[in-house]
Amino acid sequence: MLQIRSSLYRPLGLGIGLGLLVLSLLGSLLLGAADIHPQRVWAAIFDFDGSTEHLIIRTVRLPRALLAAGVGSALAVAGTLVQGLTRNPLADPGILGISAGASLAMVMAIFWGYGGAVGFAFAGAAIAAVTVYWLGSLGRSGLTPLKLIIAGAALSYLLGALTTGILLLSQRTLDEIRFWLAGSLAGQNLESLGTMVPYLAMGLFLGLLLGRPLTLLNLGEDVAQGLGLQTIWVKGAAAVAVVLLAGTSVALAGPIGFVGLVVPHMVRFGVGTDYRWIVPYAMILGGILLSVADIAARLLIRPQELPVGIVMGLLGAPFFIYLARSRRKQT
Amino acid sequence: MKLTPAPWLTLRLRQLPLSLRIDRRTPAVVLGLTILAGVALIVNVSQGEYRVPPLEVVKTILGLSADPDYTFVVNTLRLPRALVALLVGMGLAVAGAIMQGLTRNPLAAPEIVGINSGASLVAVALIVLVPTAPIFSLPVAAFMGGLGAAIAIYLLAWNQGSAPIRLILVGVGLTAFTGSLTSLMITFGNIYNVSQALVWLTGSVYGRSWEHLWPLLIPLMVFLPLSLLLARDLDTLNLGDDLALGLGNRVEQKRSLLLLCTVALAGSAVAIAGNVGFVGLMAPHLARHWVGASHSGLMPTAALVGACLVELADVLGRLLFAPIELPCGVITAAIGAPYFLWLLYRDGQRATQ
Repeated sequence: MLQIRSSLYRPLGLGIGLGLLVLSLLGSLLLGAADIHPQRVWAAIFDFDGSTEHLIIRTVRLPRALLAAGVGSALAVAGTLVQGLTRNPLADPGILGISAGASLAMVMAIFWGYGGAVGFAFAGAAIAAVTVYWLGSLGRSGLTPLKLIIAGAALSYLLGALTTGILLLSQRTLDEIRFWLAGSLAGQNLESLGTMVPYLAMGLFLGLLLGRPLTLLNLGEDVAQGLGLQTIWVKGAAAVAVVLLAGTSVALAGPIGFVGLVVPHMVRFGVGTDYRWIVPYAMILGGILLSVADIAARLLIRPQELPVGIVMGLLGAPFFIYLARSRRKQT
Repeated sequence: MKLTPAPWLTLRLRQLPLSLRIDRRTPAVVLGLTILAGVALIVNVSQGEYRVPPLEVVKTILGLSADPDYTFVVNTLRLPRALVALLVGMGLAVAGAIMQGLTRNPLAAPEIVGINSGASLVAVALIVLVPTAPIFSLPVAAFMGGLGAAIAIYLLAWNQGSAPIRLILVGVGLTAFTGSLTSLMITFGNIYNVSQALVWLTGSVYGRSWEHLWPLLIPLMVFLPLSLLLARDLDTLNLGDDLALGLGNRVEQKRSLLLLCTVALAGSAVAIAGNVGFVGLMAPHLARHWVGASHSGLMPTAALVGACLVELADVLGRLLFAPIELPCGVITAAIGAPYFLWLLYRDGQRATQ
């Protein structure tokens, strides 16, 4: 595998990545159910005339392109932080109960007739994550990665059972929510995107700041403490960042799996173990990956569309199996 | 540490070349669990819209009751369902015990070998895409789906041997893949069929009859004893591949046999009842807590714990919101998750002592 180690190549790779991200954003604007000429797309953004085509670009495709890139980046960085924090390569933001909490909150909101608003999902995600952290730190041994994962898995199961219970009682709720539950970027406007942007930006910024302390933490807790790192603060900050990032993502786009799991692996193959580089690379790669997956989700069964969560699963799972297979024999 | 009398019982059979070394507490625990399972079964059969007094239930089952109403309600409607619940619990629990032993991971469950994901995919496809299919094709199709997924995982994970960690990882990947296809059908299927599929996905023994019981009983009668015979090999495999090899164990052969048992047991349980979650995870834990980690004693105990769990979950699911019935899978998950959290809490306390 190509290793980007030299001090010159890493910024260069980051630049190329940014270029690709812009390209995939453009692709997201140009491609869709309606055929719109690239010149018209350009005009829609810089010379708006109120025609249907321009409205499609401005109110549907532009928010969606930004949403795909933002959610992809957020999920990838959240996954990177969770994997760094738990030192478990299989950890995924979903493991902290965030997806399950958001799903239950959305299902409850729709069941009791409040409609599905991003606020409910975000609140559900945050409450679930805080509960998992609290449960994981019970006992005097404090917060250990294993306890965190077990608490997350158990709480996800419980919340999932409650969600299923409600869906079984109310077919109407099931019909309204099932597209969201599969993970989809459809139907969000700039307004709801706007309410979430500050949290998203805060999470990404915090993630970038955590690069160096996380690298140290991965040397082992004792070593990190010996080097003068306040591990408890690092863990706390990482936890806050994960909740902000994964919470906003799931609120905006439903539970999308695999971005948070796969992207950190791909990045580590390329840039090694230094989180100062892993985090920005993951941010860009996650944005590209979800943008491309979303374009595929819109084009595969035109004029209908697939939930992007399903496309991610179908693309991501074979890659994950390939990763697992390539591990040498070990017991 | 206090000196206690030897905590082991050794059973040797004169006719068969078999000896079992079990924890001293096992017989009492097994007896207690058998009684509990029996009581749960009788309660499950006696409760419902039409109540049958528990004593009459016993009489009717034994064929001593002449009342035709009781005979119909008990023998035709409720008894097969209650028995299916018991057997499903046994199959899942032993499959879970084997998986936890093989992977040396206390969080492993039969789900890892892909049984549930494969069975779910095929069952949901059948319910959503071919709603007119005859009702008995569902368990057969689900079993084939589970088997197919298990074989696919084993083959994909084979890389100069079948290391448990790769089995787990490939299992996670394949589960995600089939899960995406399943949720594709959930998203676009007819809403009524999707509702039905959701009940199956949650795990339910609703409406199971004698025709469902036999296809479950026969594989269990073959593979439960086989698992018990392999219990000692599982103990050695549990020490790690290198040590097991050193002790003269044919690691790959035994492991594939044990995997076959898991697939057959969990596969037939899932085929009949759908994804009843957490039983395969929880039952071995409880059993290990009571009778220790030696698999000869652990397996029968886990089987009975599983039987009690599913039976009690079914009772609760039927009674909690009567006349609306919750699938027993919802109840096992709702019980299982807090149990796990409690385990976590207890281990945290113990670590500090």
